[in-house]
Amino acid sequence: MTTTTARPVQQRPAPGSVRRTAAALEYWLVQYRTVWRGTVVSGVLTPVLFLTAMGVGLGALVDDAGRLGGEYLLFLAPGLMAATAMQTAEFESTYPVMGGIKWIRTYHAMLATPLGVADILLGHLLFVALRVLSVASIYLLVIALFGAAPSWLALAAVPAALLTGMAFSAPIFAFSAGNENDAGFAALERFVIVPLFLFSGTFFPVSQLPDAIEWVAYVTPLWHGVELCRGLVLGTAELGVSVAHVGYLTVCTVVGVAAAYETFRRRLEKTG
Amino acid sequence: MTAATREPSRPTRDGSAGLLARVIALPPISPRRAGYLVERTWLITRHTWLIIVSGFFEPLFYLLSIGIGIGALVGTVTVDGQLLDYTVFVAPGLLASSAMNGAVYDSTFNIFFKLKYAKTYDAILSTPMSAADTAAGEITWALLRGMFYSAAFLLVMLALGLVASPWALLALPACLLIGFAFAAVGMAATTYMRGWQDFSFVNLAVMPMFLFATTFYPLSTYPEPLQWVVACTPLYHAVELVRGLTIGLVDASLVVHVAYLAVMGLLGLRVAAGRLEKLLLR
Amino acid sequence: MIHARGLTKRFGEFTAVDGIDVDVLRGEAFGFLGPNGAGKSSTMRMIGCVSPPSAGTLRILGMDPAADGPAIRARLGVVPQQDTLDLELTVRENLLIYGRYFGLSRALVRERADELLDFVQLTDRAKDKVEPLSGGMKRRLTIARSLINDPEILLLDEPTTGLDPQARHTLWDRLFRLKQRGVTLVLTTHYMDEAEQLCDRLVVMDKGRFVAEGSPRELIARYSTREVLELRFRADEDISVYGEKLAGLVERIEVLPDRLLLYTDNGDRTTEEVHARGVRPAGTLVRRSTLEDVFLRLTGRTLVD
Repeated sequence: MTTTTARPVQQRPAPGSVRRTAAALEYWLVQYRTVWRGTVVSGVLTPVLFLTAMGVGLGALVDDAGRLGGEYLLFLAPGLMAATAMQTAEFESTYPVMGGIKWIRTYHAMLATPLGVADILLGHLLFVALRVLSVASIYLLVIALFGAAPSWLALAAVPAALLTGMAFSAPIFAFSAGNENDAGFAALERFVIVPLFLFSGTFFPVSQLPDAIEWVAYVTPLWHGVELCRGLVLGTAELGVSVAHVGYLTVCTVVGVAAAYETFRRRLEKTG
Repeated sequence: MTAATREPSRPTRDGSAGLLARVIALPPISPRRAGYLVERTWLITRHTWLIIVSGFFEPLFYLLSIGIGIGALVGTVTVDGQLLDYTVFVAPGLLASSAMNGAVYDSTFNIFFKLKYAKTYDAILSTPMSAADTAAGEITWALLRGMFYSAAFLLVMLALGLVASPWALLALPACLLIGFAFAAVGMAATTYMRGWQDFSFVNLAVMPMFLFATTFYPLSTYPEPLQWVVACTPLYHAVELVRGLTIGLVDASLVVHVAYLAVMGLLGLRVAAGRLEKLLLR
Repeated sequence: MIHARGLTKRFGEFTAVDGIDVDVLRGEAFGFLGPNGAGKSSTMRMIGCVSPPSAGTLRILGMDPAADGPAIRARLGVVPQQDTLDLELTVRENLLIYGRYFGLSRALVRERADELLDFVQLTDRAKDKVEPLSGGMKRRLTIARSLINDPEILLLDEPTTGLDPQARHTLWDRLFRLKQRGVTLVLTTHYMDEAEQLCDRLVVMDKGRFVAEGSPRELIARYSTREVLELRFRADEDISVYGEKLAGLVERIEVLPDRLLLYTDNGDRTTEEVHARGVRPAGTLVRRSTLEDVFLRLTGRTLVD
């Protein structure tokens, strides 16, 4: 017992070996087996319902007015895809992470095995990535069935949505791991996720926003994700702009992972 | 023993609540005792007021995004031959939806947690409080909180010039009724829930209503058979009631909406109180 | 204070309480002793008017729980088996709001809350949240809460289960003081020492029925001997062989998986006789008879498995 706790966590090799990361990932996959049905149902229903109500129903009003300069369903669908990637990432990166540290203490159990902090973090992030990937794939499929994916480039929107999700997941991991209780999650949801969902160019072009807020929108990762996905799904993506979006989202992800690693180490060393 | 400090038990069916109770045969509820439960929640709120206040912003963000953002794309809609600014049209829809959302959240997730995990009610029922008092107290709190949100939202609508009629004053009690109807049914549903996984059914009921029950576009957008389906949902009646009041299209149909929501709420309350009794008094 | 005849509680096919007769008198400390699942908690819930009896009559403070539940509960204090404190409130607020449930005025509740916090030694934690309190503190707070309405009868379901020895003694001390003040205590326990410490009179319960009734001293005198000699053997030895070897030495021998219990009025003399028969246990212990022995005698089983 003493030998385990006495060995400083930071001396373990970071990043951990592929096998150890896979072991941490496996834990989350086994957990997921008990709930996967529900997530598939909501994974299909969410795009179907949203695209029908907002894209087709509300779209009829928008198209009648003819102010958008294009079909509203085509405009909305890729934006919702990116936004859903963000929401999935948020969901999987808040309560489960806090549970791992505070409630169920999954991480502590893992730390008592040969797994290191980096393995635990990467394993869990990989699981979130798989979740976002599956949600984004289903979303694209539904978009195609609605006839709203005119270009083969749309296939590239799946990894784009994945990157968007991770640009949120990694920093939120850091946030969740640093929080003492779940009160912060309500604030995150209400003051970050919902405003981003509503104002990052998902439902209407950000150029409609007042200038000051428009510039804020350009800084948010979701706007980059929405624009990137929209360009790819519609086949209008330009290389230079797309690379810039990918670059921005990658920076967010990398900075997020680094911050999450620091927070994880601090929390797991302190209470472990 | 200080018998003087104890209040004798007395029949608790009093006032207008008593009249309603006889109509739908509710178990006896003491408003005074239900009030003690409201007091409990008020005490807790003093620790968590920031979260409560923050809840006001979500519908506001929706109003700004959907109402003003999408409103700029849509321009106007026609309701009963009347040309309306889209923002004016959608704002009451969002108000009614948020009244529903708040009530459902309060009466499902919150109640379930207290029922299954915190065992809050087990402690309460070993006092003179009855299960029906407890249910009534919880619903009352949900209503008070919902009223605060609705009033704030109405003020924002007023400030943005989205209120077209003095009838809008009645939108506040209308939202209270909407909150009551959904909280009562939500609470009844919660007493049947086995675990957290059952809550996906809550979302499954609430999300489609939010999206389709004429919150975002008029009923006439649908083909006729679908119009009938939509017209059966409770949120449709809630949205149309509030919309009728804020845009000033007041006619007899509002009475139908009110009746629908009132019956729904009373039935929900009856089931909830009975089920709580069964669950807790075993 | 409490009067029950043929009191029965069934859950579907399962009979938790099987037609018991009880009378609890004012000012006494009455205990239900028995293993887990004996029907103690079901009995307590019926007395607490939160569980309707399936059959039989029950009168509490002269009233019928079915008709006067709220009026009876107004005069009871309840300490449930598991703490049901309001985790979202502070220590003091827990008492305040609980008092309000009884319809007491705010001023009176405030006054009593401060007295009770003092009584259970939690005054310095009054403004703290409940969650981080230790198990013993939470239990004391639950007891304080049960006293907020100045109850005539205090129902305690396993009051000290899960607490460390020091916390248990603190609690026992507080309960003893309540008894001195004239509060009627009704408690369940599966701890012998607790029953012996607190109860004037107790019933031993097993499988929903009473198997014995009396004061702790009477029960021990009736169903056990003055002393008990415990013989322990090495784990690889067959204890029953020794049981046979020592047969007839004393009035009664109990063969447990890990030891032999010899019921005797003189433990030391019996120890010598055991050695005289050529039995060499790994350890011997002479102790006073307890209610545990009474229970073993009555049911053939130990209380805590």
